[in-house]
Amino acid sequence: MITLNVNGRSRDVDDAPNTPLLYVLRDTLELNGAKFGCGLGQCGACTVVVDGKPVFSCLTPIAILQGRKITTLEGLGTEDAPSPLQRAFIEEQAAQCGYCIPGMIMRAHALLTGNAAPTDAEIREHMNANLCRCGTHMRILQAIKRAARGMQAADARAPAQEVRP
Amino acid sequence: MNAPVFTPSRRNVLAGALILSFSLRALPSLAQDQDNAASKPPLPGSLKRAPMLDAWIRIDADGVITAFTGKCEIGQGIRTALMQVAAEELEVDPHAVHLITADTARTANEGFTSGSNSMKDSATAIRNAAAQVREILIGVAAERLGIAADQLHAQSGAVVGPDNRRIAYGDLVAGDVLHVTAQPVSKLKSPDALKMIGQSMPRVDIPGKVTGGIAYVHDLRLPGMVHARVVRPSSYDARLLSVDTSGIEKMPGVMKIVRDGSFLGVIAEREFQAIAAMHALTVAAKWDVATKLPDEGNIFGFIESLPAEEHVIADKHADSAPGTRTLEAVYHRPYQMHGSIGPSCAVASFDGDALTVWSHAQGMFPLRKGIAEMLHLPDEKVRCIHMEGAGCYGHNGADDAAADAALLACALPGRPVRVQWMREQEHQWEPYGPAMVSRARASLDIAGNIVDWEYEVRSNTHSTRPPGAGQFLAARHLEQPFKPGPPRPGEQPDGAGDRNSVPLYALPNVRVGYQFVPDMPLRVSALRGLGAYHNIFAIESFMDELAIAAGADPVEFRLRHMQEKRARKVIETAAQRFGWSSASMTEGSGRGFAFARYKNLGAYCAVALEVDVEHESGRVRLGRVVAAVDSGQAVNPNGIANQIQGGIVQSASWTLYESVRFNQTRILSQDWSTYPILRFGNVPESVDVHVVDAPGEPFLGTGEAAQGPAAAAIANAVTNATGTRIRHLPLSAARVKAAIGV
Ligand code: FES
Ligand code: FES
Repeated sequence: MITLNVNGRSRDVDDAPNTPLLYVLRDTLELNGAKFGCGLGQCGACTVVVDGKPVFSCLTPIAILQGRKITTLEGLGTEDAPSPLQRAFIEEQAAQCGYCIPGMIMRAHALLTGNAAPTDAEIREHMNANLCRCGTHMRILQAIKRAARGMQAADARAPAQEVRP
Repeated sequence: MNAPVFTPSRRNVLAGALILSFSLRALPSLAQDQDNAASKPPLPGSLKRAPMLDAWIRIDADGVITAFTGKCEIGQGIRTALMQVAAEELEVDPHAVHLITADTARTANEGFTSGSNSMKDSATAIRNAAAQVREILIGVAAERLGIAADQLHAQSGAVVGPDNRRIAYGDLVAGDVLHVTAQPVSKLKSPDALKMIGQSMPRVDIPGKVTGGIAYVHDLRLPGMVHARVVRPSSYDARLLSVDTSGIEKMPGVMKIVRDGSFLGVIAEREFQAIAAMHALTVAAKWDVATKLPDEGNIFGFIESLPAEEHVIADKHADSAPGTRTLEAVYHRPYQMHGSIGPSCAVASFDGDALTVWSHAQGMFPLRKGIAEMLHLPDEKVRCIHMEGAGCYGHNGADDAAADAALLACALPGRPVRVQWMREQEHQWEPYGPAMVSRARASLDIAGNIVDWEYEVRSNTHSTRPPGAGQFLAARHLEQPFKPGPPRPGEQPDGAGDRNSVPLYALPNVRVGYQFVPDMPLRVSALRGLGAYHNIFAIESFMDELAIAAGADPVEFRLRHMQEKRARKVIETAAQRFGWSSASMTEGSGRGFAFARYKNLGAYCAVALEVDVEHESGRVRLGRVVAAVDSGQAVNPNGIANQIQGGIVQSASWTLYESVRFNQTRILSQDWSTYPILRFGNVPESVDVHVVDAPGEPFLGTGEAAQGPAAAAIANAVTNATGTRIRHLPLSAARVKAAIGV
């Protein structure tokens, strides 16, 4: 048994330790977000966030993930209560087939967590690891920018912190 | 007219056994006239295939409305658009319409979801059926209320009278009133009364897709489901000599190894166990000698040496001024792949008597036919249900994966079997978009007008889709193999290799030939746009060359030769929104423009864009891109814009980077490093799409309108930036660098 921390819940799984996280998420934990795209670390369809960093779940065996914080698409929000980033993808209608989108959202989520106001160039560079074949790139970029704007606006609305000398 | 562009002597030398079968194939206008000449008006859209109203719209006694389409959602947004169309004529909220997509047990047979035909075929059928259903319900209500039908109207799922008396639809449908044959003419709502059509309704599938819902066949989990993988031969025609499975059978989770001739697969409890066993089988399998593929370096010479059927696509002559200058050019397009982001997948379940297959292939009825033939089952023992996959862009590995799943499920009755291809299998085994070559020749008169135009295009087939079982890889590899059917050249007016080979411009003398090459050195089939991508790249590049020769602005030159009003509007809109000018740009930067009407009978699309060409590397960077599109009556403008943006960006990837690599035994493009595609670092600065609405006009479809114009616009911009014309796709950095001589 290996214990994984997925979306804040502790999950015991009996898959072989060399099993890549992707298959455990999809088949054992029945989470649909992470997708199989290449199994080679070339496309990002399987991207999840581990301890704040985007990782290719297709290449990451569960043996090295004990005690680490794994976040998948399902950990961000739900259809009824999507996260700001998911909402931005809906508002921009940033999907055609949508197969690449979960990986895009997770990679973007990692970016925005560390940098709430990325420049256009930073977003493009950061997202370079993920492929989309439908050509939805422009809308994906728009959605990330929209989410970033929303987060900044929310920050601005939050009461100012008192600065102590 | 001048001599044929491919000279007979050259053809005889290279072609060996030239098959001569000249046929004058109907031009679009002729074919349509013939259709219209039929005595009784034809039923609209796919009502022709399934004329009963309740094949399209069903209303239950509890008021639940279900619409049925034989087409599939393939990421183009058809689900949402069809709900809008049904809701419009039924006067209900679009979300009140349950839409069932292609399922051999439930929906009409609408063939393939391809050719940008879903709006034209299915939306037209659903819209007309919904309008007729509404009128029938109003008629029933009129009788029941004793009020004249013209005093009644439909509103929010009920028929409402002048005194606000209302009867809900569910109370009007007793006695199979909707089980009637459709009429050729429907009382459609007038364009100015439309409430849903024309609205950018958000797509109904996106919220689930961005939050981890079950969206794809890949996500289907059935009770007791097990996982399988196949092992493909070491090259196209290699045969399995032997495989020692004894150790592999004992690997964790392995349930069954299935071998039938050269078809080899493994079923395991869990997916990663199936993958591990597949890797072990790959090592254990011994194959005989590999296929001999042609030399990639001389692929076009090889294709020109193959026998070809000659078809005359257009041949018209009129008086014209004498030509004073003649230009000639040859254009090449390599094999290119669909490259779906999600490798093909299917689930199949066999109960010992009947088989059910869930697949993301584009045609459930042809798929069923092929699978039934392969398994020697009657058609009615096979049910095929469409579920979405990753975008397919044509005939990719989806049908083959469904056949794999069917075979493996039959080997393990009672357990649903899920098969997904590995990335390497998708890359190496999918049927590619064929390599093509074309030659253009045209003359300008003294005033710079085109007076004659000749064009010949040479291509393989663009469809090796089922129904024949021999179209499936697995069926070809069985002990008792099925043979693929004979390749077909396709039919005008849609065309295949000859799609969009006739320019839409008004030219006095036009001769267009199509040299159809039956022999296929590489596996090929339908890739988005078929021959239109290459032909539009060639024709619109050549128009640019002619404009330059005539000293004309490329946009003005196109307008000068274009009489179709809607085409002109689209060209003018794109040019104006882009801020087109032929003033020269800074060194290394250029503008390009191109236009086409898809299939010469679908959507009109024009693209204007700018590029920067990096002198040292030859790398092309895309700047601003502006497109205009007229898809007929626009049902969902934002959906149209999404498709056009996607088409442009995908075409940019094909045009700048893509070419399938192979050596003399096998395909070398096995993954994204050996077949690189566009990444975020190279996407355009911006892509703006202007939808030119055409209220009251037929739906024209959108999915394949942009690829050709985008390719030519890029090529024209590269010429504008560098002064050098590249006629060979892709416009890779290495090729551009070589052409500009750095
Ligand atoms: S599936 Fe993991 S990077 Fe492609
Ligand atoms: S939306 Fe289809 S692959 Fe990105």
